[in-house]
Amino acid sequence: MTDVLVCIKRVPETSSQVLLSEDGMSVDARHVGHTVSPHEEAAVEIAIQVAEASGGTATVLTLGPADAVEQLRDAIAVGCTRAIHVEADSESFGPADVAAAIAEVVRGEDFGLVLVGNDAADSGDFQVGVRLAYALGRPVVTGISTLSLDGDTLTARGSGPDGDEIYELPCPAVVAIQEGGVAPRYPSIVGRMKAKKLPIETISTTVSPTTRRLGLTSPPERPSTVEVLGEGPEAAKAVVDMLVSIGVVSS
Amino acid sequence: MILVLVETDPQGVTLTSREALTFARTMGERMGDPQLEAVAVGPLPDTAAVLAHLGEQGVTTLHHADDERLAAYGAAAWAAAVVDVASSGAARLVVGSGTPRGMEVLAHVATRLDCLMAANVIALEDTDPLTVSRQVMGGGVFERMRLDGEVAVVAVAGHAVDPVPAAESRTTDVRTYEPALTDADLLTRVVRTEKAAGEDTSALTGAKVVVGAGRGAGSADGFTDLLELKDLLGGALGVSRVVTSLGWRPHHEQVGQTGSRISPDLYVACGISGAIQHWAGCQSAKTILAINTDPDAPMVTQAHYAVIGDLHEVVPAINEELRRRRG
Repeated sequence: MTDVLVCIKRVPETSSQVLLSEDGMSVDARHVGHTVSPHEEAAVEIAIQVAEASGGTATVLTLGPADAVEQLRDAIAVGCTRAIHVEADSESFGPADVAAAIAEVVRGEDFGLVLVGNDAADSGDFQVGVRLAYALGRPVVTGISTLSLDGDTLTARGSGPDGDEIYELPCPAVVAIQEGGVAPRYPSIVGRMKAKKLPIETISTTVSPTTRRLGLTSPPERPSTVEVLGEGPEAAKAVVDMLVSIGVVSS
Repeated sequence: MILVLVETDPQGVTLTSREALTFARTMGERMGDPQLEAVAVGPLPDTAAVLAHLGEQGVTTLHHADDERLAAYGAAAWAAAVVDVASSGAARLVVGSGTPRGMEVLAHVATRLDCLMAANVIALEDTDPLTVSRQVMGGGVFERMRLDGEVAVVAVAGHAVDPVPAAESRTTDVRTYEPALTDADLLTRVVRTEKAAGEDTSALTGAKVVVGAGRGAGSADGFTDLLELKDLLGGALGVSRVVTSLGWRPHHEQVGQTGSRISPDLYVACGISGAIQHWAGCQSAKTILAINTDPDAPMVTQAHYAVIGDLHEVVPAINEELRRRRG
């Protein structure tokens, strides 16, 4: 039986232009909504799979503002059975700070396996899982897309430069999950009802964050210089002429 | 000393590592620390080619951790080998490329050195205090970040800089060493690699031509013409996240923030709207041709060339024209 902790982060949902706050220190997400990163959706799915297979539990944790409860409830709706909210101003937490705050929680509990997303969709730091593992004195692997547990041995599969790479490591461990190996499940109606009712455990952290962010800027807007070669199939000749001119196709 | 973790392939030092070397050399010069050294872990496929690339980039010494326990990749053990050099040489910066492997090892290095790490770095902003600019929000926003401390770790975003040879090339000395490794360092090594045909991403990330497809492909059966165009151009297929999310194509073909970053000579973006997360993976393409029904799609307005139309009509016509000219 293995109790799994999966850590997620509330991030702005952006697919087009990103607006910044007036002080240029954060993303203005008032009009775009929030989500978690694709890697974390996969991590939640794997947490539930491992917990189900071993007869353990799947607990979801987030460090963030009060509104981050919304993302915790999304994870409950698909099968996590316990939720921990470390209430904090996550904008000021760097990856080492986040790892330290999660480590505080893990030390007081009995989570055999801790899952995180490979990197957060907003800050893209790539470090929380590794720093957390060192703080806990556990082995860690990152970029993992599928995971299975047999006794105390984890078999983890990720993508490497020469094909799929397989690791075997002892549990307890920390694993950073990459999307692509599992399909996150959709919430059922029963799941949504549970998510509404389940009490969220809200705790604070003793970690004092030190932000190193000096400011955010939008990339310079590139003026469109597109040359339209035509419309529909009639453009084919102009396309191949262009391919010849840039040397991709020989004349 | 500025220390660069280099990754190698049968051609020598990988493109992204040569980019990191150029970036690190520029940082060192601006910081008044022009001593550029490199560290490579595990067997080198072609030592002469590696040294030629390093000499061209102005590297004075290659520290080569050559220990049979490092032959199989393991981030903790590889990081132990890097930290060994960084500590003994009092490195002010440890730099690597923003590949999955580079990023993983550097995260271990930063943790072991108890220092800050900046991922996805694209520019050095200032040297006092040391400040870098890096991509966040999938490349849609730049963050200025201060790197306080005696040492810092920097992962350079793929294709953020061109690999430019140093003004003066060097003869790179090789120092082979055996790093001190603990049992804990060796717990997380790759136990085996399974190479399924076409399932690794190297063909995509190294391709000179990538034919990309998005929602406009319409279905899992909508790729026939796109695959033919890919074959006619001798390239690789890359897809947007929506395509893999819908199960039309496998994840290893995905281009973008959570997929591969590509830098082909030509990217043919078919039926892709051009969300920020996709741009993060394809913006380094030298030439972009967008084929899209929507003339206002970001992929169209930001492309070099565009054809307005349905990819299912346009791509077969291009294939036909290519076949006709080849006779």
